Amino acid sequence: MLTVRKVYLDHAATTPAHPKVVEAMMPYFTGKFGNPSNLHDMGREAKNAVEEARAKTSALINAKPEEIFFTSSGAESNNFALKGLAQANNQKGKHIIVSQIEHFSILHPAKTLEKAGFTVTYVPTDRTGLVDPGDIARAITKDTVMVSIMHANNEIGTIEPIEEIAKITKEKGVLFHTDAVASVGWIPVDVKALGVDALSLSGHQFYGPKGAAALFVRKGVRIKPLIEGGIQEDGRRAGTENVPALVGLGKAAELAAAEVSHRMSYTAQLRDRLQKGLTERIEHVVINGHPTRRLPNNLNLSMWYVEGESMLLFLNMEGVYVSSGSACTSRTLKASHVLTCIGTDAAVANGTLLMTLGTGSTAEDMDYVIEKLPPIVQRLREMSPLYEDMLKKK
Amino acid sequence: MEQYSSKVMEHFAHPHNVGEIENADGVGTVGNPVCGDVMRLYIKVDKNIITDAKFKTFGCGAAIATSSMVTDLVKGKSVDEALKISNAAVAEALGGLPRVKMHCSVLAEEALKSALDDYYKKQGKPSPVKMPAETGHEHEME
Ligand code: FES
Repeated sequence: MLTVRKVYLDHAATTPAHPKVVEAMMPYFTGKFGNPSNLHDMGREAKNAVEEARAKTSALINAKPEEIFFTSSGAESNNFALKGLAQANNQKGKHIIVSQIEHFSILHPAKTLEKAGFTVTYVPTDRTGLVDPGDIARAITKDTVMVSIMHANNEIGTIEPIEEIAKITKEKGVLFHTDAVASVGWIPVDVKALGVDALSLSGHQFYGPKGAAALFVRKGVRIKPLIEGGIQEDGRRAGTENVPALVGLGKAAELAAAEVSHRMSYTAQLRDRLQKGLTERIEHVVINGHPTRRLPNNLNLSMWYVEGESMLLFLNMEGVYVSSGSACTSRTLKASHVLTCIGTDAAVANGTLLMTLGTGSTAEDMDYVIEKLPPIVQRLREMSPLYEDMLKKK
Repeated sequence: MEQYSSKVMEHFAHPHNVGEIENADGVGTVGNPVCGDVMRLYIKVDKNIITDAKFKTFGCGAAIATSSMVTDLVKGKSVDEALKISNAAVAEALGGLPRVKMHCSVLAEEALKSALDDYYKKQGKPSPVKMPAETGHEHEME
């Protein structure tokens, strides 16, 4: 039988758990299954494991262990941050600032807060996806409680000027949260250097297990719990801890701290090879995101006159797994709000593919995609009325 | 998202009747108000019988598969029979479509109706074509 090559280029969706992560988790499903809230030895053993995971997670982002609150997902961390910080500090005011390219787990809680009486300013970005710190400074009023701007965008990879924004929020006495779900594990993230008050991260985005994530909240910052009714996580998040997953998150954090510079250089050179190969072989293609301030493993491209879902399906038949920003692939049938915000024309946004590399990606994988994608694009263009019209206009 | 049926995948991977018809007797181009996709359908008519049909489509897997199917279905039919082909019939011939993709089959029906309308106009005859009702709103409820 023919062995078909499998090329997974969707690490922004999820990564596999690292074998060492799985190995670290295994004992906590059976032998060491205790509940960390129990005082007996079984409970203490589990509690110690959770605290060790907390220490490792905090070390990865240069925080203190007691500043880490474990959650079940990046989305929960973002909800917790936005709702929890806004509500715990609403005596100060009822105004929030977010960017238009935030993840829906920020944008939807922002809408919920609007219904609860908060006002929200949605700042735009430039065509590369960068937020202008000046826009934040101008948007802050006496009534502003918090600002939430993502560290790196999960679709186009643009890395936001977090340090500069933090200077502004600090000066104005406004809380600052950053969604670092896309960046932690892929580029250095240091909460002190960034100057943020809160930060979200998620384990399965960097070789940890699904179901384990965290919110960093700087010591002294008040936050209202999302889930109440238990003493876990210092009373900030009720519910028996997912001990194996948290152990896995801790291990993934430890690995990320040791490997991050290698991950950056390794994925960036492969990404550049892929970008060069594809742009040389495909006409009418746009690279989305910032040319340099971009996650090293991110390649987001829009191809004119072809639709993304069709490309995705043909690539899938060749064993290449990617995402698309096309309206047709989204359940709401709208083009990605990120592409819309950076001013991508609706028709070309429909021809968007997102490829995100990992440490398991190889040069052969890149060459395989460089070989497979251009004929797919060509074939679909020959089928496209928009391409026909463009050729006739020439 | 729901998966496509094997019939949809077959027509998507190997679509029938892709291309243009020189001096077509009817051409219809329609855009999808829901997702922004575009379908163009050409027909050749001889003595009231559709002898050939071709298409070009910018759209998702379902859009390409329904284009392929609708062109298959009209060939050999009389113009009157072709007018009765509905989006549901196209979807059914493909073994069904995911609910969120039904609007793509509406695009196929519209493209066909638009090509037939163009045919009547080119013949200098009054066109009996009624464009199907807008169904896009169904999807905005998400
Ligand atoms: S044509 Fe866009 S979803 Fe089918």
